[in-house]
Amino acid sequence: MVSGRRIFADFKVFSRGFLRNKFGLFFGLIFPVILILLFGAIFSGGSSGTLYVYAQNRDNGSNGYSLSTTYLEAINKTETLQVITLENSVNFTTYMSQNSIENGLTIPEDFTVRYTTYQPVNVTVYTNPSGSTGGTVLGIIGAINNRFNLGAFNGSTLISITQQNVGSQESYIDFLVPGLIGFAILVNPMFSLVEISSQYKKNKLFKQLSLTPLTKIEWLTAKILWYIVLSSMSFLLMAAVGIFAFGANINLTVWLIPFLILGPMLFASLGMLVGTVTKNPETAGVIGNVVTFPMMFLSGTLFPIAFMPEYLQTFAHVLPLYYIVEGLNNVMVYQNYMAAVIDIAVIAILTLVVLVLAVKLFKWRED
Amino acid sequence: MLPIEVSKLQKNYGTLKAVDGIYFNVKEGEVFGLLGPNGAGKTTTIEIMEGLRARDGGDVEVLGLDPWKKGYDLHKKIGVIPQEFTFIEKTTPREAIVYYADLFNVKVNPDEILKDVLLEESAKTYFEDLSGGQKRKTGLALSLVNTPELLFLDEPTTGLDPNARRAIWDVIRGLKAKGKTIILTTHYLDEAQQLCDRVAIMDHGHIVALGTTEEIIQKHGSGERLEIHGSEKLAEYIRANTELLVDYNKARGEILIPLKKKIDALAALAAAEQSGMDWGQIQTRQDSLDDVFVKLVSEPLGEQGEVAIENSGKKKRRR
Repeated sequence: MVSGRRIFADFKVFSRGFLRNKFGLFFGLIFPVILILLFGAIFSGGSSGTLYVYAQNRDNGSNGYSLSTTYLEAINKTETLQVITLENSVNFTTYMSQNSIENGLTIPEDFTVRYTTYQPVNVTVYTNPSGSTGGTVLGIIGAINNRFNLGAFNGSTLISITQQNVGSQESYIDFLVPGLIGFAILVNPMFSLVEISSQYKKNKLFKQLSLTPLTKIEWLTAKILWYIVLSSMSFLLMAAVGIFAFGANINLTVWLIPFLILGPMLFASLGMLVGTVTKNPETAGVIGNVVTFPMMFLSGTLFPIAFMPEYLQTFAHVLPLYYIVEGLNNVMVYQNYMAAVIDIAVIAILTLVVLVLAVKLFKWRED
Repeated sequence: MLPIEVSKLQKNYGTLKAVDGIYFNVKEGEVFGLLGPNGAGKTTTIEIMEGLRARDGGDVEVLGLDPWKKGYDLHKKIGVIPQEFTFIEKTTPREAIVYYADLFNVKVNPDEILKDVLLEESAKTYFEDLSGGQKRKTGLALSLVNTPELLFLDEPTTGLDPNARRAIWDVIRGLKAKGKTIILTTHYLDEAQQLCDRVAIMDHGHIVALGTTEEIIQKHGSGERLEIHGSEKLAEYIRANTELLVDYNKARGEILIPLKKKIDALAALAAAEQSGMDWGQIQTRQDSLDDVFVKLVSEPLGEQGEVAIENSGKKKRRR
């Protein structure tokens, strides 16, 4: 018979031990926040996606007038591209390769003359085929060229663009918060239970506990409860940092509760399963890493899985964490609760299977 | 009903017979010692009695219960310190006692238990920072939380320094004085002699001697003998001129004469005097538990902790 008193007693001892261990506390609560600060700063901070284009303006102008200056200003005004002008004495291609510059632009000597006399003229755009920014640079310069072409003939724009966002206005930080919450839900219970269940087995602590009325289900329940508490604290911290430090636009509802309960349950059980079926703490650690690391990075934690090649996306679907991160995204970013229900169902079934397996295979005493 | 009744107990690990059909009982209020070298089967036997291991054959009743089938009920009535007791690192002995009290659903005064095991000064030290002796005492304290009638102590002092061992002995004597039945394993002979009312000496899964230490010495020891420091020639002289059995230990230059009667000593000494040869120190001596143990057990005592059963199951020739 399961006893709440015994679960609470074990919970008390375990949580106290956890809180007294500065290392555990750091990885449990502080580390995920550092990750959010770090990735938040890298991807949504000051750089705001500005691309630098190195330009050499060889235009001689015409009667003291230089169209190329206006042209380069127009490029700067896009705010996506920023022009850095090089002296004409510099050998452009040598400079580009020596300084590992990805994007460049040269304007020919007769630029103004030919434009003002309605003759075709060519600017040269240099891009690095292996880089990811070339397309953007070509596209923007092409658009600027069209504007100048229309301007030359006093033409007007017929087709224009109005921008509309799909759903709410998502930015990278909006994905990062649920992703890293998923990360914390995975890492804390998983690593901890792999370690303690293999360590307790080795130093015979399980054997000792089997001499008390505490049952293995009560023991595991106490651990799960603690990791639900820890994951919830971690969630609140990360959501606060996301919202207040980066202005994340995330939705906080009761729909998050199933994830904060089932997630720690699933990974605590999985950790215990790994610790139980392996022979010693060393093997347990290795197997634990093999199970955990792919999930840490390939489940949409640090970036949406749509960024990954197709075979990795397929692989992501077998990772339990994928459904938690996807579910958290569905709730927090898209507010798509119907989809979240499916994620919750998948997680619930997985949790049940892993939990039953872990409890069945886990031995208090030997025979 | 006796607290412990064991008959024909068997346990095999693969082809190795770790415990090979042993019988013994433990009486109420008794301190009973399982003595033996590493790998003799002591821990296997004690763990079977504690309900931590299944047996392969025979009957075991502990407080009237089958320990394997009724382990959960039994554990509420017994106290156990497993070999090399460990606990959750960042927990103090006092917290550990409160934890166990919650698990057993009993009300205890932690300070009283700490006092019983002489651990008051370390009540608030984390387990990981305790000394070896203090850790063992914490184990003792935890085994007392449910006020058990019966205590199992598996090598309670192995690896401890002499002072820590004596402190643990004091605790065990205190528990005995309170009327607890205690069963302990040890490979220290002095510990058995100091603490145990009766001992069973185990070797390769068998009990090779059982009783009080005096009984064992009397039964398995060689009895009283006269030892005379002297030459082999003198030994021959005594042998020729008396009806006594005379043995000579060349290495120690000692003439050994088993004494059936005390008066035999006089005859031997008279013969020695008559010989006109030189002889030195004389003494009469009895086998100690050490001597008996070495005779009975195929391997000398080691100071290391119990090694997992690694010897072949075959019984070696007794020395």
